[in-house]
Amino acid sequence: MRRVATLYRTTVGKKVLMAVSGVVLFGFVFVHMLGNLKMLFPAADGHYAMDVYAEFLREVGYPLLPHEGVLWLARFVLLAAVGVHVVSAVQLTRLSRAARPAGYAKEESLSLSYASRTMRWGGVILLLFIVYHLLHFTTGQAHSTFVAGAVHQNYVAAFRSPLVFGVYFVAQAALCLHLYHGVWSFFQTLGLSHPRYNHLRRPFAAGFALVVFVGFLTPPALVLAGVIS
Amino acid sequence: MKLTLHVWRQDGPNDKGRHERYEADDVSEHMSFLEMLDVVNERLTEQGKEPIAFEHDCREGICGSCGMMINGVPHGPKSLTTACQLHMRTFHDGQEIWIEPWRATAFPVIKDLVVDRAGFDRIIASGGYISIRTGSAPDGNAIPIPKADSDAAFDAATCIGCGACVAACPNASAMLFTSAKVAHLGLLPQGQTERWDRVLAMVDQHDAEGFGNCTNHGACQEACPKGISIDYIAQLNRDLIRATLRAKPVEAGKDA
Repeated sequence: MRRVATLYRTTVGKKVLMAVSGVVLFGFVFVHMLGNLKMLFPAADGHYAMDVYAEFLREVGYPLLPHEGVLWLARFVLLAAVGVHVVSAVQLTRLSRAARPAGYAKEESLSLSYASRTMRWGGVILLLFIVYHLLHFTTGQAHSTFVAGAVHQNYVAAFRSPLVFGVYFVAQAALCLHLYHGVWSFFQTLGLSHPRYNHLRRPFAAGFALVVFVGFLTPPALVLAGVIS
Repeated sequence: MKLTLHVWRQDGPNDKGRHERYEADDVSEHMSFLEMLDVVNERLTEQGKEPIAFEHDCREGICGSCGMMINGVPHGPKSLTTACQLHMRTFHDGQEIWIEPWRATAFPVIKDLVVDRAGFDRIIASGGYISIRTGSAPDGNAIPIPKADSDAAFDAATCIGCGACVAACPNASAMLFTSAKVAHLGLLPQGQTERWDRVLAMVDQHDAEGFGNCTNHGACQEACPKGISIDYIAQLNRDLIRATLRAKPVEAGKDA
């Protein structure tokens, strides 16, 4: 226990929490993106593919588990992961600010990528987006024609608006940058380093971020273009 | 060549400090950066003014004393080069040069460009040693060490403790320094006995000194005059996690 306490007390320990909660979240983002691709599939037997998938998410595990059991378990885990991720980020940011209170009059940013420099503000944008996104598609307060359970219909109605598409585009751009630095950081923070594979970590992070970006924005773009209705 | 210098002047630890402008009119391109400062200081002394305080010792790039920010880059614009080994031919006639001390809570300014890097010494003292008797120099190859390990340990051991990594890091983290010291000993057989306690103690001391945390920017490895890689930071993270999880299955004197 003494050692676990030491690990947590150290900045490295807080970063480990950051990385572990981050990997939960990026796993979710990937699966969520795959789910969204259901918008590209045609309707069968009068049911939209998206609505069938949404029904599956509510019923998966039944009757072993109660209705919406897995869904609520996932929501709980995700909420915990977001909480841990944000708390660690705030703690680490405060430590960093305290470590460098005065800056330089002139400073070159050595190898600081745009993604790595915008992790903190990008994270704030993502947090605000998550709140909006839940009000938009889960509870419906931010949606003008929300119908509970009619996921396909809600989706199409929302993305006919260029403004809504714009909001999601900005959020996905922030997510893409966050993932690019975050995925690479995950390997580094957990010490997943090996001379033979290290050169693959950056391309993996870039590829993952790009796949998520394109995967999330393709269906809304097709709605906006009138291809999906 | 003629240069305009903007130098950070601070009379003491509690002084607020300010940038002062100096015109250096007769700089030879063959001078080192420190020799250029020597010439400026000669003139200041002749004028009865206080010369610019800066740290220096070996002037051959191996002692780690001469760290300063030169135009926003630790040790100046030339990579893998300390300030003392930087030559004025790197700059051009008429250039403005900003010279500042390392900026970090854990590196308080003593005077002008001189900072107190005793925090590094305390990190070393907390675990950067081996306690076993090594005796006199052993015969070559008496202890077999894989070539890859000895090379990696040597690369880490090239750290001169100058503090450029801290200066470059947006979080003023000393993880590159600490990881180089942890890896240097942790890669060698003599360092194994204390390997797990060492990493815990050194990271603890690193944080206690008020250095920031690593956010994997990689600015430190760009700034490092010895080219130490952030792969060592990954190694440190891994060792710290392993040290935490490592439980001894049997403990002497205890029944099941």
